[in-house]
Amino acid sequence: MSTFPRTATESTGADVIHDIGYRPYTGERLGRGYATRSLFVHSARGAYGLSRSAISKVLPMLLFAAVCLPALIIVAVVIMAEMDEMPFEFTDYVIFVVAVPAIFVAAQAPQLLSKDLRFATVPLYFSRPLTRSDYVRAKFAAMTVATFVLLATPLVILYVGALLAELPFGEHTEEFLGSLVGAVAFSLLLAGLSLVIASVTPRRGLGVAAIITVLMVSYGFASTLQGIAEDSGDAAGHTAAGWFGLLSPFTLADGVQSWLTGTEVAGITGPPGTAGGVVFLLVFIGSIGACYGLLVRRYRRL
Amino acid sequence: MPLLVSRVCSVSVISTSALTKQYPRVTALDQLTVDVEPGVVGLVGANGAGKSTLIKILLGLADATSGSAQMLGKNVVTEGSDLRERVGYMPEHDCLPPDLSATEFVVHMARMSGLPASAARERTADTLRHVGLYEERYRPIGGYSTGMKQRVKLAQALVHDPAIVLLDEPTNGLDPIGRDEMLALIRRIHTEFGISVLVTSHLLGELERICDHVVVIDGGRLLRSSATDEFTRVTRLLAVEVIEPLDREVDAVAALVEAGLRVTIEGRVLMVEIIDGDLDGAVDVVRDTVVAHGLGLSRMEQGRHRMTEIFSDEASS
Repeated sequence: MSTFPRTATESTGADVIHDIGYRPYTGERLGRGYATRSLFVHSARGAYGLSRSAISKVLPMLLFAAVCLPALIIVAVVIMAEMDEMPFEFTDYVIFVVAVPAIFVAAQAPQLLSKDLRFATVPLYFSRPLTRSDYVRAKFAAMTVATFVLLATPLVILYVGALLAELPFGEHTEEFLGSLVGAVAFSLLLAGLSLVIASVTPRRGLGVAAIITVLMVSYGFASTLQGIAEDSGDAAGHTAAGWFGLLSPFTLADGVQSWLTGTEVAGITGPPGTAGGVVFLLVFIGSIGACYGLLVRRYRRL
Repeated sequence: MPLLVSRVCSVSVISTSALTKQYPRVTALDQLTVDVEPGVVGLVGANGAGKSTLIKILLGLADATSGSAQMLGKNVVTEGSDLRERVGYMPEHDCLPPDLSATEFVVHMARMSGLPASAARERTADTLRHVGLYEERYRPIGGYSTGMKQRVKLAQALVHDPAIVLLDEPTNGLDPIGRDEMLALIRRIHTEFGISVLVTSHLLGELERICDHVVVIDGGRLLRSSATDEFTRVTRLLAVEVIEPLDREVDAVAALVEAGLRVTIEGRVLMVEIIDGDLDGAVDVVRDTVVAHGLGLSRMEQGRHRMTEIFSDEASS
C-alpha cells in the first residue's frame, strides 16, 4: 500500500479489528465529461433493469422479447417456406409493433427521471461537477439509445434472416440501413417526448399513464383523421391526409423516415411532396429541440 | 493522537462578499460578507436565517442576486464545475433512493464526482466503514433507520475525498445518542480526515462542542463570526433556583454581585454570569452565599445559551 495509515490500533490479540485509518484519495479525478458519460451508461442500462433489482428487469425484457418475437417468426417463415421476398419492408416494422415502443418509453422514461425527483436526489447531482444541461443530455441520450436498441434489434434479426434466406443482398442492405435511420428518428422523438412528460411529475405512475395516453391517443387521432381524409378519394383529401401525419409522433417520425429513405410510409399516407417532406423534417427537428429546451428549462428551476 | 495532516492552506476556504439573495417576497441573504477558515466551522441561525441559501449558492444550486462567493479560492459561479470536484454536500432533506443499497448508491455518487469505477468501489467501502455502516450496507436503504440514512448521506458527501464538506443540519431527526455519534464523526472529518467542514444547525450548544469557529447569521445578515471559545466564555452561566423567601433572595443577589458575579433574575431562577475566574470557584461562591442567607438551593446547573439569547443580546447591544 503506497499510503501509510494515519492511525493504527495496536494489535494485542487475534481478534482485533485493525483500523487502518483514513486514507486520502490521490488518484485521478476524471471530471465533468466522465461523470456525464457514466450517468449516460448507468441510465441506459437502467432502462433495461441492468444493475438493478430482478423485478425491474421484468417489464423491459418482456417488451424486448415482444418486439423481437414477430421478427423471429417472420424470418423463420421466410426461410422455411423459401419465400423469395420479405412479406413487408423493414421500414414498416416499427409501426407494425407500435404499441411496444410506446409502452417501453412510457414505463422507462419516468424510471429515468421521476426517481431522482421524487427522492430529491437531483441536488446531489448538481452539487457535483456535472451541470444541469449535462444531466439532461445524459438522460436524453440514454433514453434514445435504449429505445434505439429496442427498435433496431428486430431489424437486425430481419436483415440477418433475409440474408440467410439468400434474398438479394444489395436491395436488403439498403432497405436495412434506411430502416436504421428511421429507428433513430423514432428513438429521438419518443425519448424526447416521454422525458419531457416524465420530468413534470415526481410520481412515476402518473408519468407512465400520461406518456402512454399522449402517444397512443395522438397516434389514434392522427391515423383516424388520415383515414377519413384518404377515404374522400380526391387529391385534396390525399394531401390533407398527408399533412395530418404531423399530428402524432409516430406518424411524424414515420413520415420523416419515408421521405429520407424514399420508401412508402408504414401508415396511411406520407408527407405530401417535397415541400411536405421538408416541413415534416423541420417539425421533427423542431420537436426534438423543443423537448431538449423544455427539459433544460425544467431542470434549471430545480 | 491521530496525526493531523491539513491539506488545505491557511487562507479562507469560503469567502463571500456582499452576497445577496433576493426572492420575490423575501431577502434570504442581505449583503453577507464572511470569511471562513479551515477547520470545523459552525453556521448557526434560526430557521429561515439564510443558512441553506448560503450553502446552495456556494454549491451553484442557486444563483446569487448580487455579490460574489469563493470556495477553495475559486469563484463558485465561473469555476463551479472544477470546484465541485473537491466539495462534498450533505443536504438537510431526504435524498436517498430506497430501492438501492448504500453501497450501490455511494458508488454511483462517487462516479458522478469523477472517480474511476474501481476507485469508486474502493472508496465507497472505506467511507461507509468510516461513517459506521457495516453489513447493512448491502441492504436497500428503504429499510434503514434515520441514523443510518444520515450516515449514508454523509458517506456520499465524503466518498470523493473532498477538501471541504458542507453539512446542512446533519443532526436533524437523530436521538440523543445518534446526535452525539454524528457530532463526534463530524469532528473526526477534520481532525482525522483533514477535510474542512461547514456545518449548520439551529442549536448553538451542539456546534460549540465540535466547532473551531462559529458564524451566526440572522435574517440573511452576519450577526457574529468568532472563535468558539469566545462563545463559550459568554455561555459561562449558572442557573440557580432557590426556595423563597424573597427578601433573603434579594440579599443573596446583592452578596453575589459583591463577589464579582453578574446576576439577572428570571422568574424564580437566578442567572449567574461568571465574568472572570473559573467555574468551580463561582459554584462555590454561589453555594456558600445561598447557605449563608438561609435559602434552600433546589437546583444549580450550567446555563446554556440558546440562539434566542444570542440574538436578543446582540440586538440590544
